[in-house]
Amino acid sequence: MTTHYLVLSVLLFTIGAVGVLIRRNAIVAFMCVELMLNACNLAFVTFARQHGNLDGQIIAFFVMVVAAAEVVVGLAIIVTIFRTRRSASIDDANLLKY
Amino acid sequence: METAEIIQGAGGAIGASWLMIALPLLGAAILLLGGRRTNGWGHLLGVAMSLGAFVVAVLSFVQMLGLDDSRRRQAVELFDFIPGMVKMGLLIDPLSISFALLITGVGSLIHIYSIGYMSHDPDRRRFFAYLNLFVAAMLLLVLADNYVGLYIGWEGVGLASYLLIGFWQHKPSAATAAKKAFIVNRVGDFGLAIGIFTIWTTFGSVAYGPVFEVAGEADQGVLTAIGLLLLLGACGKSAQLPLQSWLLDAMEGPTPVSALIHAATMVTAGVYLVVRSGAIFEAASTAQFVVTIVGVATLLAGAIIGCAKDDIKKALAGSTMSQIGYMMLAAGLGPVGYAFAIAHLITHGFFKANMFLGAGSVMHAMNDEVDMRKYGGLFSVMKVTAITFGIGYLAIIGFPLLSGYFTKDGIIESAMHVNPVLGWLAVAGAGITGFYMSRVMFMTFFGKRRWAPDAHPHESPAVMTIPLVILSIGSVFLGAYLILGNRLMLFLAPAVGRPADLPGFHPFSAPGLTTLALVAVGAAIAWAKYGRAEVPQVAPRGSFLTTFARRDLYGDALNESLFMRPGQWLTRIAVFFDNRAVDGLVNGLAAGIGGTSGRMRRLQNGFVRSYALSILFGAAMVVGALLYVGTL
Repeated sequence: MTTHYLVLSVLLFTIGAVGVLIRRNAIVAFMCVELMLNACNLAFVTFARQHGNLDGQIIAFFVMVVAAAEVVVGLAIIVTIFRTRRSASIDDANLLKY
Repeated sequence: METAEIIQGAGGAIGASWLMIALPLLGAAILLLGGRRTNGWGHLLGVAMSLGAFVVAVLSFVQMLGLDDSRRRQAVELFDFIPGMVKMGLLIDPLSISFALLITGVGSLIHIYSIGYMSHDPDRRRFFAYLNLFVAAMLLLVLADNYVGLYIGWEGVGLASYLLIGFWQHKPSAATAAKKAFIVNRVGDFGLAIGIFTIWTTFGSVAYGPVFEVAGEADQGVLTAIGLLLLLGACGKSAQLPLQSWLLDAMEGPTPVSALIHAATMVTAGVYLVVRSGAIFEAASTAQFVVTIVGVATLLAGAIIGCAKDDIKKALAGSTMSQIGYMMLAAGLGPVGYAFAIAHLITHGFFKANMFLGAGSVMHAMNDEVDMRKYGGLFSVMKVTAITFGIGYLAIIGFPLLSGYFTKDGIIESAMHVNPVLGWLAVAGAGITGFYMSRVMFMTFFGKRRWAPDAHPHESPAVMTIPLVILSIGSVFLGAYLILGNRLMLFLAPAVGRPADLPGFHPFSAPGLTTLALVAVGAAIAWAKYGRAEVPQVAPRGSFLTTFARRDLYGDALNESLFMRPGQWLTRIAVFFDNRAVDGLVNGLAAGIGGTSGRMRRLQNGFVRSYALSILFGAAMVVGALLYVGTL
C-alpha cells in the first residue's frame, strides 16, 4: 500500500517540477510549486501512517501553513506584476540580473 | 673624583625649587591655552614667571651659601615617575644652581628685552609662551637628579628651539631651518637615549647618585661606549662637530631666541651633560680624550666660519660654536677643567647674549637688515648699543681684565697642562677670535656708512638697552670674580670634585702672552681690512679659503653626499619595491578575483526558470550524495 502512495507522490512532484521548469505563465508555475509541496505532504502523511506516529502529519500541517503564507505573498506579487506589465510571463520579468 | 654626599629631604627655598620649573611651565600653559584673551598682558605674565623662577633660584643659592661644603648637594624628591625605575626628583647642588641662576637671570633679561623687540609682532604672546616653555624645560634639564629627567628637559628644549627658530614660519627659510635643527638634534638625542639605556642596563639605575658611585667599577669598553654616546648627544645639542650644521641656520629665529637659546643656555647643555657625567668620563679616558678632540676641532671650525660670514648673526653663531668648543675642551680635561668650562659658559652666556641682543638692537634700527656690508659707522647713532656691544666684544676676544680674558685663559692654561698640542690649537683659535670679532665690530659700528637709502637708524628703547647694560656689566666683572682665588672651582667642588692642586692665575705665562699677541695681530688685520679700508657693498669672490669658510666648511655638502643622497636612494629603492613587488602582488590578486567575478556574474541572467533548474540540479546532487553515503 505504502508504495502506491509514494509512487503517486513522486509522480505529482515530477509533474510539478517539470511544470515549474517549462511553463512561462506565472500562475501555472505557482500552481506547480503548490503541487510539489502537496506531493511532499502526501509522502509525509504516508510515512506517518506507516510508522504509526504523528510526526509526519505535524510536518504536513507546517508545510500547509507555509504554503498558505506563500500564496498570499506570491499571488500579490504576480497580480502587481500583471498590473504594471500587462503580462504574467515570468520570462518577461527579468530585470533583476547582472 | 671626590664629591659630597647627596642629602635627602631638603627644606626652605631649596625644597621649593620645583617652583623654578613649575612657574614658567604654568606661564606657558596659560599663554598657550588662554589664546587671544591673554594677548594684552601675555608678555608681562611671561616676564613675571621668568622673574619668579629667578627669585626662587636666588633664594636657593643664598640658602646653599649658608650651608657647609659637605651639605651643599640637596635632593628634592618629587614623585615616583616610573615605579621601580625612575623616581623623579631634583638635585640642587653648586653645578645645577649655577646653571639655574644663568638660565633664569639671563633668561629674564632677554624676556624683558623681547617686550621691546617683539612689540610690533602680532604673535608676541605665542613668542613669550614658547620662551617660558623653554625656560621650564631647560631648568628641568639641569635640575633633574636622574638621566631620564634630563632627557625630558633635553627634548623639551629641543621642541622649544624648533618652535622658536620657526617662529616666523611664513618664511620658508625659517621653517626649513627649524626642521633642520630638529632633525640634526634627533641624531644626537638618539645617541643620548641609547647612552641612557646603556647606563640603565649597566648600573641598574638612572639616578646620578647611585650611577656615579659605582661608575668606575664597570667594564672599560662599556664605559667608553656610554661616554661616546653621551658625547654624541652633547654634540647635537651644543652644535659640535660633526653635528654643527644646524646652528648657523638656527639664526632664522628672532634675535632674542638666538641670544637665549642658541648662545647663552640651550647650546651649553652638552657641556653640562659632560661635566655632570664627569664620573663616567673620568673612568673612560678614551671617551674623555674624544671630548677634547671634538672641542678643539669645533673651536677652530667655528672660528674659521665666523671669519667669512657677512650676516652679523651668523658670524656670532660661528663664534658661539667656537666658544662652546672651548668649553667642551675644558670639560674633557677632567676636574682641572670643569670649573673653567662652567666659568667660560657663564661669562659667555653674558657677553654673547649681550652681543646678540646688541645685534638685535642694530637690526631693529636698520629695518631687519643683517648684512654687515650694509652697516658701518653706527657708533655715532646708537651709542648705548655700540658701547655695550663693544664691551661684549672686548670680553670675548680676551681683552685683559675683562671676563673672557680670565675664563679663556684658564681653559688654555689647563689644556696646556694636560696636552700642549690641544693648548696651542686653543691659542690659535683665540687669535682667530680676535680677527673675526674685530671684523664684526668694525664692519658694524665703524668705517664708512653703507646704509640702505631708506635706513634711519636710531637708538632702541630703554626696555631693550637696560638689559644690554646689565649684561655688559656682567661681561666686564664676572670673569675676574669667578676665576680669581678659584672662587668658582671651590664652589663647584662638592658637585664635580676638584683637582689635587688648585691652579694659580699666571697672567704672564708664555701661552697667555702669545694669546694676547695673536689677538692683537688678529684685531690689527681686521682693522686694516674692515676698519680703515673701504668695505665693498657686495662680497668679493675671495680665495678658496674664504669660500670654504662661507660654505660652513662644506658641512652641509658633506651631510648631503654622505647621508641625504644615500637616504634618498634608499627610499627610492623602497618605493620601487613597494610599487612593483608589493603593490603588484596585491593588485594582481584583486584583478584576478575581479575578473573571475565578472565572468561568474553572467550566471545571474534574470530568468527565474534557469534558477529553478540550477536548484533542481543542486537538489538532485544532494539526494545523490545522500544515497551514495547510504550505500557505504
